[in-house]
Amino acid sequence: MGRGVIAYGAYVPYWRLDRSKITAVMGSGGGRGHRAVASYDEDTTTMGVEAARNALRGTDIVPDSVLFSTANPAYMDKTNASAIHAALDLPRSAWAVDAGGAPRSSEAVWALAAANRGTNLAIASDLRTGRPTSSDEAGGGDGAAAFVFGDDSVSPVLCEWLGGAVATAEFTDRYRQPGDAFSRIWEERFGEQVYLPLANDAIERALADASVGLDEIDKIAIVGMHARAVRGLSRVAGDKLVTDLTGEIGNTGSAHPAVVLAAILDEATPGETILLVHLADGATVDVLRTTDAIADHTPFASVRSQIDRGNDALDYNKYLTWRGFLDREPPRRPDPERPGAPPAFRSEDWKYAFVGSRDRSSGAIHLPPMRVSMEGGAVDDMERVRMADIPATIATFTVDRLAFSLSPPMVAVVIDYDGGGRFQAEMTDVDPDEVRIGDRVEMTFRRLYSAEGIHNYFWKARPAAG
Amino acid sequence: MSSHGIRDKVAIVGMGCTQFGEHWDRSVDDMLTDAAHEAYASAGVEQDDIDAFWLGTMGSGVSGLTLSKPLQLDYKPVTRLENMCATGSEAFRNAAYAVASGAYDMVMAIGVEKLKDSGYSGLTGARPPSDGTDSSITAPATFSLLAPAYAHKYGLDEDTMKEVLTRIAWKNHRNGALNPRAQFRKEVAKETIAGSPLIAGPLGIFDCSGVSDGSAAAVLVRAEDAHKYCDNPLYIKALSFASGPATGALDSTYDYTTFREVQASATEAYKQAGITDPRSQIAMAEVHDCFTPTELVLMEDLGFAERGLGWKEAMAGTFDLDGDLPVNPDGGLKSFGHPIGASGLRMLFECWLQLRGQAPPERQIPSVTEQGKTLGLTHNLGGQPGAAVSFVSVVGSELG
Repeated sequence: MGRGVIAYGAYVPYWRLDRSKITAVMGSGGGRGHRAVASYDEDTTTMGVEAARNALRGTDIVPDSVLFSTANPAYMDKTNASAIHAALDLPRSAWAVDAGGAPRSSEAVWALAAANRGTNLAIASDLRTGRPTSSDEAGGGDGAAAFVFGDDSVSPVLCEWLGGAVATAEFTDRYRQPGDAFSRIWEERFGEQVYLPLANDAIERALADASVGLDEIDKIAIVGMHARAVRGLSRVAGDKLVTDLTGEIGNTGSAHPAVVLAAILDEATPGETILLVHLADGATVDVLRTTDAIADHTPFASVRSQIDRGNDALDYNKYLTWRGFLDREPPRRPDPERPGAPPAFRSEDWKYAFVGSRDRSSGAIHLPPMRVSMEGGAVDDMERVRMADIPATIATFTVDRLAFSLSPPMVAVVIDYDGGGRFQAEMTDVDPDEVRIGDRVEMTFRRLYSAEGIHNYFWKARPAAG
Repeated sequence: MSSHGIRDKVAIVGMGCTQFGEHWDRSVDDMLTDAAHEAYASAGVEQDDIDAFWLGTMGSGVSGLTLSKPLQLDYKPVTRLENMCATGSEAFRNAAYAVASGAYDMVMAIGVEKLKDSGYSGLTGARPPSDGTDSSITAPATFSLLAPAYAHKYGLDEDTMKEVLTRIAWKNHRNGALNPRAQFRKEVAKETIAGSPLIAGPLGIFDCSGVSDGSAAAVLVRAEDAHKYCDNPLYIKALSFASGPATGALDSTYDYTTFREVQASATEAYKQAGITDPRSQIAMAEVHDCFTPTELVLMEDLGFAERGLGWKEAMAGTFDLDGDLPVNPDGGLKSFGHPIGASGLRMLFECWLQLRGQAPPERQIPSVTEQGKTLGLTHNLGGQPGAAVSFVSVVGSELG
């Protein structure tokens, strides 16, 4: 029975920061190209949900576990994977667990997902910050990727793992105390000269483990937060080297190996052999091969399509505000109230999974779910209906310049779902001047705001892709 | 089961209304005391003559003590109630029923709100703990949803829609300029209104009602007793209230160009009052112009204009002070101001003045003095399009 990657998806947020805007404001820093920017209402958890949705959409795969890794968790002490589990409407029996800390931690969830029996969803997500004008600020990126490992009896295996190797070393390259907003980095020539021999050693052993010669490798991906080491190692890869996407979206840290692998698989043909090198506190090397099934696989939202959809109209001051580095005058409105734990628990299906209720007799869909039907008044004759993946059309809208928002103005839309159901939603990833009646939208999982240490997650509308 | 109304059973024999505005120097207690004592004097009665009180306030106090303490009431019953922005009307409605039932001879309905102590822009209010998924857009934003929907349905371009809304604000400011009790007492040029900073959707600051402090009160007795206190009482012809199922944001058949609650409450009120053609039978209307598109839609929901033609009537001046059917002759929420609990009673206060020919001459409406019409309508709304409570009253200066 074959086992491997049976589904995957990446998430690249909509916004881009043109690095030259940093230079224009600050007089230094920045550079060429763009970095992907999580919107003001996104965090590593919401991006993880979006990546997982992209992986699972169009399949009937129900994972037995959600294994989530990030170097920038929304919560400590509280599991973040449980919110993703809820947003994906997974059964209670599915395990949800975090692996946090360094970007290297993401390797743990891939390995666990591959090795554990059953169907396992591994997600890595990261939101990279840097001190203004730093190379981390310009070179970082925000994004997530999700891979489902399972048996081909569940769904055809798209990509198999042939072998791999690791090299581990204790050295001070990049580091951050818990609670710090930025990482610090040692002088970069030091890191480069530590990384290169570790990587070469691990590559050699990985090829041996996979019984694959270097000449049999079709594509080489080299990924890591240490840009100089990545460049140094890339020189030996020759024309098999694939882009690490950092020029277009920046380096998404914990998520980046998986984002790059997703981009490779999006365009891969059967039988391609891939060497994936991850430089993070050592080197981890995997050798993978695509199967015949990849020929029939069409990604729901390819990495390329998400990169191409990006909007670089974001100004640097707004970027700084979104990341909390610029404290702006709030509107003269009360601060939002924290969601209550008991009401949120009672409405887990609605708040996280966007599940409404459908009257069995009239078919009327109620968002939020109701016990008494608005058509005919039937009581407790409802079935659950998940609306998260159903597109909708704007019936009317407004731009609220008075409401509290982390990025005013707030755009609100009344939307009618294809096949029935209406909801008044906040809209995101949109220019307020571009909203029109009749526009098509889709749902996205976001963080509305945080209050008193509680993140208020819920669904918003965004312009439909394509 | 049926609703019967209390047509001509109860009368208003005295009213009071404070000036509305930013009363940094007056407390809730001060305003309640002023409004109550003005109403007593208006009716020629003493506080001890009042048998029971209904106090409407959305958030400026809880319990009957909010009234009984400042007025030093002598262990009389005080009901404190809330029904969003229709709170003042709800106090009036329940007080009227108490008289109609025979339980009391003389009662007071009084409303108050102190909004300007919060330090915030617009309305605020405590909400019970929630799951965090409730809409968090502001009141102007909820009502601004009407504007693009109306324009889209009836083929108005954005500029025309803005002109219509601007004219409604201009008219109400013009009326308010003639009202010494109004919060805003000067005319505002259309260019100023149209060019004011945007608050929500196409609505600028001048499309929004005044956030203010104020209080208003009425003394009610059985109709047969009215002439003991007053030569020209105002008789209650209809009181209706509709609380909707709040399905506007769930039901795709709702198109945000109407308030179903208003239609229901207006139909009921017209039935109680025996009105078949409100446009011609009513002398004046005080309607809930919380935001300019609300007044536009109300003209159609209340039957003052045909569907889709309210904007043309508004532009033609039908609802001006000297128009066929003056709407908000006192300046409305727009320029009189909107202290929530007081507003419904403030609307009745304008009917009290106009229908009895006691409005200042510069704004006394000709529909009463020249055409001899005797009926006034008040309409008070709470909530938002698709999820509202609506009150309609009809009062008249003649019995029968």
